[in-house]
Amino acid sequence: MAETRPPHSRRDALKCMAAGSLGTLFTLSGGVLTPVDLAAAATNKGMGRPFFVQISDTHIGFSKEANPDVAGTLTATIGLINALPEKPALVIHTGDITHLSKPQEFDAAAQLLGGLKVGDLHTVPGEHDVTDGAGTEYFARFDKTSNNKGYYSFDQGGVHFVALNNVMSFKAGGLGTLGGDQIAWLERDLRARTSSTPVVVFAHMPLWTIYEPWGWGTGDADQAFAPLKRFGSVTVLNGHIHQIVQKVEGNMTFHTARSTAYPQPTAGVGPGPGPLKVPADQLPKMLGLTSVTIAGAARPTKLTDTPLA
Amino acid sequence: MLNKSRGAIAAASLVAALLTLATTAAPGPADDRHTIVMKDFHFAPMSLTVKAGTTVSWKNQDDEPHTVVSDAGLFRSGALDENDAFTYKFDKPGTYGFVCSIHPRMTGTIVVQ
Repeated sequence: MAETRPPHSRRDALKCMAAGSLGTLFTLSGGVLTPVDLAAAATNKGMGRPFFVQISDTHIGFSKEANPDVAGTLTATIGLINALPEKPALVIHTGDITHLSKPQEFDAAAQLLGGLKVGDLHTVPGEHDVTDGAGTEYFARFDKTSNNKGYYSFDQGGVHFVALNNVMSFKAGGLGTLGGDQIAWLERDLRARTSSTPVVVFAHMPLWTIYEPWGWGTGDADQAFAPLKRFGSVTVLNGHIHQIVQKVEGNMTFHTARSTAYPQPTAGVGPGPGPLKVPADQLPKMLGLTSVTIAGAARPTKLTDTPLA
Repeated sequence: MLNKSRGAIAAASLVAALLTLATTAAPGPADDRHTIVMKDFHFAPMSLTVKAGTTVSWKNQDDEPHTVVSDAGLFRSGALDENDAFTYKFDKPGTYGFVCSIHPRMTGTIVVQ
């Protein structure tokens, strides 16, 4: 959707998000997401500086028909990020960095992601990254600070970022799980923050139930949301399902990103959430990144979904 | 008549012998009884009863990786890509639950007698 006027309402923003079209940039102003055409943003310096970019589900190591060159599509994604008119302060990777948790896959991923010309890369593990149980390879390369827990927080640009891990204490037959320790930590972490602080929460599996039969949700997410309810602006970013799904509930905006590797079927179509094979010319349109920009202190943030083609 | 009959019997025996040969040469039904496949995001069969001392094999037939993780922490396969297999020998009688840690809705049980 080529949005040429600045939309004024959340309704407009949602309309544009629902279209799921290429290159829409979202600004968050007073808790309201506002979509702006990406091409317009690229030429209009007044729209604000790029803040951060979300990439997800790079699945390095995958080489089947759905995308025989996941390194190539990740490289293309990194190229798009590096070509942004203004350099984002950070990149968030919402997990499934690798396909099979193999050391050589993590090595290749680390090397490719090293090509990002941005300040920091922050990651959370996906279930594909921790198939050894302990996540030894993941933590050795991508998270040396959380004491092998996979959840942590930091502040940047006046925004409080919370990384959550919902892939390492799963329950058989169920959804993703955060666990009591992590929820208690989150409550403590948020206690000292003022309610006017914008909060960005990111985790691999969706933090709201999108489709339970395929495990697309987090069983104890509601407990985690309790201490987030008082905040005026909460943005929840996930990956896992390899497609964009969004919702807004009160002051919370939920967004799952596309994969850079391969698409997955929409909920309930086919036997399960495996790689979706599409014609080669369609694939780049189903892969991509989400970028978020902020214009001024505590004012507009933008969420953008950009496909590779 | 007699000769013909003998010929038929001989031919039937040969077919029977070949069938026996075929069944023993292929990865036999004896193995299949102790194999669980991961197909279309399910373990099949979901429940398997074996005698103590049996080695059970899990084979992934999906193009999406799966794992086999013991509920009690006895075994963990790591990621099994398409056509990868994992085996575990069950020495003691009991009921052993397992799950795919990538798709935790995939569950199964081994009953060891």
